[in-house]
Amino acid sequence: MPATSELRVEVTVVGGGPAGLSSALTAAHAGLRVALVDAGSRLGGQFWRHPDPQSLAPGQAESDGQHSWRVFERMRAQLRGFIATGRVLHLAGHTAWSIERGESASVVRLTRSWDAVQLIAGSVRSEHVILCPGGYDRQLPVPGWTVPGVMAAGGVQALVKNGGRLDGRRAVVTGTGPFLLPVAAALTRAGATVVAVCEANPPSAWLTGTGSVLRMPSKIAEALEFGLVLGRHRIPYRTRTAVTRIHGTDHVEGVTLSRVRADGGIVPSAGARSHLEVDLVALGWGFTPDLGLAVAAGAEVRRDVDGSLVAVVDDDYRSSVAGLSIAGEATGVGGAMMAVHEGELAASAVASETGVGVGPARAARLRRAIARERAFARAMHGASALPAGWTAWLDPDTVVCRCEEVSAGDIRNACGDLGADDARTVKALTRAGMGWCQGRVCGFATCEVTASCAARSSTADDLRAMSKRVLASPVRLGDLAASDDTQGPR
Amino acid sequence: MSAEVVIVVDGAPVIARAGTSVAVALTETGRLAWRTTRFGGAPRGLFCGIGVCYDCLVEIDGAPAQRACIVPVADGMKVNTRAGHE
Repeated sequence: MPATSELRVEVTVVGGGPAGLSSALTAAHAGLRVALVDAGSRLGGQFWRHPDPQSLAPGQAESDGQHSWRVFERMRAQLRGFIATGRVLHLAGHTAWSIERGESASVVRLTRSWDAVQLIAGSVRSEHVILCPGGYDRQLPVPGWTVPGVMAAGGVQALVKNGGRLDGRRAVVTGTGPFLLPVAAALTRAGATVVAVCEANPPSAWLTGTGSVLRMPSKIAEALEFGLVLGRHRIPYRTRTAVTRIHGTDHVEGVTLSRVRADGGIVPSAGARSHLEVDLVALGWGFTPDLGLAVAAGAEVRRDVDGSLVAVVDDDYRSSVAGLSIAGEATGVGGAMMAVHEGELAASAVASETGVGVGPARAARLRRAIARERAFARAMHGASALPAGWTAWLDPDTVVCRCEEVSAGDIRNACGDLGADDARTVKALTRAGMGWCQGRVCGFATCEVTASCAARSSTADDLRAMSKRVLASPVRLGDLAASDDTQGPR
Repeated sequence: MSAEVVIVVDGAPVIARAGTSVAVALTETGRLAWRTTRFGGAPRGLFCGIGVCYDCLVEIDGAPAQRACIVPVADGMKVNTRAGHE
């Protein structure tokens, strides 16, 4: 099949992570023909990222370091059945770069994730699209964060899940939230020595959500498991502490720690506690959903309790755009199992229009589970707030936009001297968010630094301006040219 | 037992485990950085690890600007870290 060809299916699911797997499977069970578009090479997304079976070392299992792996194995086995019969078309290594909505159908345009991928289709036309784009690490810049050896916390975990070894490296994990713990565990598993885990918030922050935590016993078990890993490897867990400066030029040599005060301000830590010699820094300030396609399609968005931009959906996970459903982290960061449940409900609602959904009893069970998971996620977000006034720890020359090398001083000049007071104007004046990653890494921080100049908080409008991309991912000119051959949606 | 492949990094052979990514292979040779930025000439390597940040770009088999963190290694693959970065 030539790369420019257009597939026709009933449902297009974008994303092969927890929500996307569950959506595709539910739609297929309901008898619908599904295209599952996945930018990655193996199903599972970031949460169930796992090594290629042929890269496993002796004694290593595919499931090492995984959680809820049996849920994934069950879904993958069933999906493979549907893939074998042709009901599900698995488009691995295909990245969706645009969605066009017509009267009764949408066209999702595709490009290869990397050069060696042979495109099965150049676009997919379907009545329904379910977006399950997931998210990635939310980043707060810190002086020195572009020095090699500094990584996103999720990047460290991905490296280890891809089979990477980090023997002999000395690492610090810094930021906020429960995700710091699995990252410390992953580093340890890969052979690194974790010198400290620095949590910016006080331990008391975790007590406010006790009720919702008690209703999620599986999460208590996970926390205990990570606590054991920290204890066994004598990894110090420092609360009210943040890495506020990273030292080194061509590689990380150490970090400066600061104490985070109750009001969110920072003060340098005293004496021996103020400096750590490390060659690896993992930065994790929560997650932000990938809303590029949702915003491009015109879906209504809002700012969630954690400050991230998320899509507005109804009880059946339909967005404000007809024929476009959204599930998983894009509706609010809440973890893998919630994404699985949301994906099932989203696909069930789509299927009930033409076939059979999951039925009222199952739907009610899913909604109850999601309510529990959402309450737990809210408690986690409450306990993992970003330090108020974090923008004050940036030097004028601290890079905020890594791609275009735009500094905090550049952004502040655009606000002060040039009169910019919103992220869209700052983007136009400084090129922050206009490089390769299109603001995925710096978008949130650029909005916050801009807002801090006017002593206000960033808004949904600021964040939307940084998420709006003409193309949702870089596309080869050849693919763009080829897409002209296909018709638009009808 | 994991299968091994040989990739060629800047002209020198590097043994990698089949199925891992180019970034894993480069990291395990001790490399932290493998490109420099356009304006500041600053060294950059692996950052996001999942194809989001484009910091880890390399030329692979003549194709420019490939994300090392998402491209699986293949036997005989030629990775050039010294090519243009944009």
